[in-house]
Amino acid sequence: MWKWLHPYAKAERAYQLCNTLLPYFVVVSVLCIVVGWVWGLAYAPADYQQKDSYRIIFIHVPSAILSMGAYSSMAIAAIIALVWQLRNAELAVIAIAPVGAAMTAIALITGSAWGKPMWGAWWVWDARLTSELILLFLYLGVLSLFHAFEDKKAGGKAACILAIVGVVNLPIIHFSVEWWNTLHQGGAITKFDTSAIDPSMLWPLLINILGFAALVGMLTLIRLKNEIIQVEKHRPWVRQLVSRG
Amino acid sequence: MLEIKALTCIKQDRCLFESLNFSLLSGQIMQIEGPNGAGKTSLLRIIAGFSQPDEGSVLFHKKNITEDYDAFAQSLLFIGHKTGVNQQLTAYENVMHWLTVHGYKSVQTEIYDLLGKLGLVGLEDVPIRTLSAGQQRRVALVRLWLNDAKLWILDEPFTALDKKGVAMLQAQFQLHLDNGGAILLTTHQDLTNSFSSLQTLVLEYRH
Amino acid sequence: MQVSNSYWTLFCSVYKKDVTLVFRQRAEIVNPLLFFLIVITLFPLAIGPEPGLLARMAPGIIWVAALLSTMLGLDKIFRDDYMDGSLEQLIASPYPLPLAVLAKVAAHWTTAGLPMVVMAPVFSMLMNLESQALGATILTLLIGTPLLSFIGAIGAGLTVGLQKGGILMSLLVLPLYIPVLIFATSAIDTSIMSLAYSGQLAILGAMLAVALVAAPIAISSALRVSVS
Repeated sequence: MWKWLHPYAKAERAYQLCNTLLPYFVVVSVLCIVVGWVWGLAYAPADYQQKDSYRIIFIHVPSAILSMGAYSSMAIAAIIALVWQLRNAELAVIAIAPVGAAMTAIALITGSAWGKPMWGAWWVWDARLTSELILLFLYLGVLSLFHAFEDKKAGGKAACILAIVGVVNLPIIHFSVEWWNTLHQGGAITKFDTSAIDPSMLWPLLINILGFAALVGMLTLIRLKNEIIQVEKHRPWVRQLVSRG
Repeated sequence: MLEIKALTCIKQDRCLFESLNFSLLSGQIMQIEGPNGAGKTSLLRIIAGFSQPDEGSVLFHKKNITEDYDAFAQSLLFIGHKTGVNQQLTAYENVMHWLTVHGYKSVQTEIYDLLGKLGLVGLEDVPIRTLSAGQQRRVALVRLWLNDAKLWILDEPFTALDKKGVAMLQAQFQLHLDNGGAILLTTHQDLTNSFSSLQTLVLEYRH
Repeated sequence: MQVSNSYWTLFCSVYKKDVTLVFRQRAEIVNPLLFFLIVITLFPLAIGPEPGLLARMAPGIIWVAALLSTMLGLDKIFRDDYMDGSLEQLIASPYPLPLAVLAKVAAHWTTAGLPMVVMAPVFSMLMNLESQALGATILTLLIGTPLLSFIGAIGAGLTVGLQKGGILMSLLVLPLYIPVLIFATSAIDTSIMSLAYSGQLAILGAMLAVALVAAPIAISSALRVSVS
C-alpha cells in the first residue's frame, strides 16, 4: 500500500488526484441526495405511529452516521500524517474537520427538532444525543486548536495529535455515556428502532446515507484542494495553474 | 562530523533560506552571520532537531539526526536565546538539574569551583532571578565546562557578558576545538580570538 | 565526566525540581485547594441547605469541583519550562522525553491531586455525604485524579506555545474528562446505596493503566510540536 500511496505524498499529484476524483463524488452525491430525498420525503409511506414527522430521519440518520465516519477518517488521516510525516494527510485532517463538525451540527439540530414532537422537549439527555454533542466539542477542539497556531505547520501537527487522542477517547466516552444514561434514565425514552425498519423506508435511507457520504467526500476534496494550493502557492506548478486560469 | 544537505525553511510564507549546504568537521568553528530575521535561530533550531526543515536533511556522522535522535542528543550541547535556567532555583540547583537531565554525574565541590571561576562566588545559593542578566547567562554557560558533547550549538552566547566573560568563553571554545569538537554559533559581536579553523556563513534577509 | 545511565535518576531529578518549585511558592498548592473549597461552598448557597438534597448531589459536586481545580494548575505544568528554555534542554537530553514527561505529570498530581484526596473527608462532611460513601469518594479521587493529570497534560502540551492557551486548553480537555466524571460519580452513588462499586473502580483503573502508557507519548509529541 505504501508504494501505491507514495506518489500522492507530492502535493501536485495529490491535487491532480483530487481533481480526478471530484466529478465522481459530485455526481454520486447530487444524484443520491435528490433521489433519496424525493423518494423518502414524498413517496415513502408514513409511519403508523410518528406520522410524517419521522421523515426527518432521511437527513438526521445520514448526518449522524457521517459525523462519526468523518471523525474516524480524520483520525486515520492524522495517524498517517504523524507516522509517515505526510503534509498532505495533515491538510486532509484540516479539510475534513469543519465538514464533520457541520454534519454533527446538522445531526444535533435535526435530532432536537425531531425530539420536540416525539419527546415533548427540544433537548433530552438521551445517550445518543449526548454523545453527538460531545463529538461536536471534540471537532470544535481540533478546529480551534488549529486556528490558534500562527504557524500553520505546527497547528496542523497539533490538530493531528488531538484528533488521535480524541479517537482513542471516543469509544470510552460513548460507552460511558450509554452506561450513564441507562443508569440515570432507565427506559424512559422509547427509541426508534432502526433495525426493524420497513424496506420501503430503508431503501431511501440507504441511498441518502450514500449520498451524504459522497457529499462529505466532495466537500473534503474541495477543501483539500484549497489547502494544498494555499500551502504550495509559491511553487511553480501552482503559478502555472493560476496563469492558465 | 555535521553535514547540512539542501536545507530549506519557510516561515509564515517567507522563505528564510533555500537549498543550504555546508559541512562542519571536528575542530572547526562556524559563525553564522546575518541581519535580524534572516533565519539564524531557525537554522540552529533545525540543526539541533527542535524543528523540522521544509526540505533537506541534517546528517551527523553520516546519519540523519531524526533516525536516532537520543543518540544525537548525547553528542549535542545546545544553548539558545532561552537558556533553560529556572528563575526560582539557585545556580547550584540549576547546574545540578541540567547535569542529571543530560546524564552526567558531578561532585558538589567541582560545581562550586566552576561557579567561582566564572565569578559567581557567594551567589551559588540564591535564586537566579536576583542575579543580573550577565550572571544568569554565566550560570547557563557553566555547561560548556561540564559536558563531553562533540557538537556545540550556541545562539548568541555572548549576550550580556562582559569583556572578561567573552574572553573566558573563547578560551573554552579553543579548548573544545583542540579536543576535536565542533562549534556552530551566531553572534553579532566579532570573535576577538583568531580561530584558525573559523568559517563564516552569511544568511541574507530575503523578502 | 562520569556518565550515569539511570532512568530513575532522571525521573527523580525532574520530579524533585517540579515539586520543589511548587513548594517554594506555596500559593500554588494552597490556591487550587481553596478554589475547590469555595466552589463546594457555593453549591449549598445556590441550591439550598437541605441535607438530603446536598447528599444526593454531593458526588457530582465534589467531582465537578475536582475537575475545575485541577485545571487551575495544569496551565503551569509546562509553561515555565517552555518560557525559560528548559523544555528544549529536556528534548535535547539523551533520555527519552516521555520519561521526563511522566515525572512532570507525577509532580503535578502530587501537588494538585493528592491534596484533594487528603482533604476528601472534609469535603464529604461539608456536603453531608453519608459515611459509607467516604471510602468510595477517597478511592475514586485516588484513581481518578492521576487520570485528570495525564489527560490534562496532553491539552497543556498542545497549548503551551500559544499566547492565550489557558481557555483553549480547558475546551480541549474538559470533554475528555467526561468518562472519568461519569464512572467516579457513579461509583460514589452506588456506594451510597451500599452496593458493590468495584466495577466502576476497575474501569477507572483500566483507564489509568492505558493513560500511564499512552499519555506520556502523546504529551511528548505535543511538546515537540509546541517547541518547534
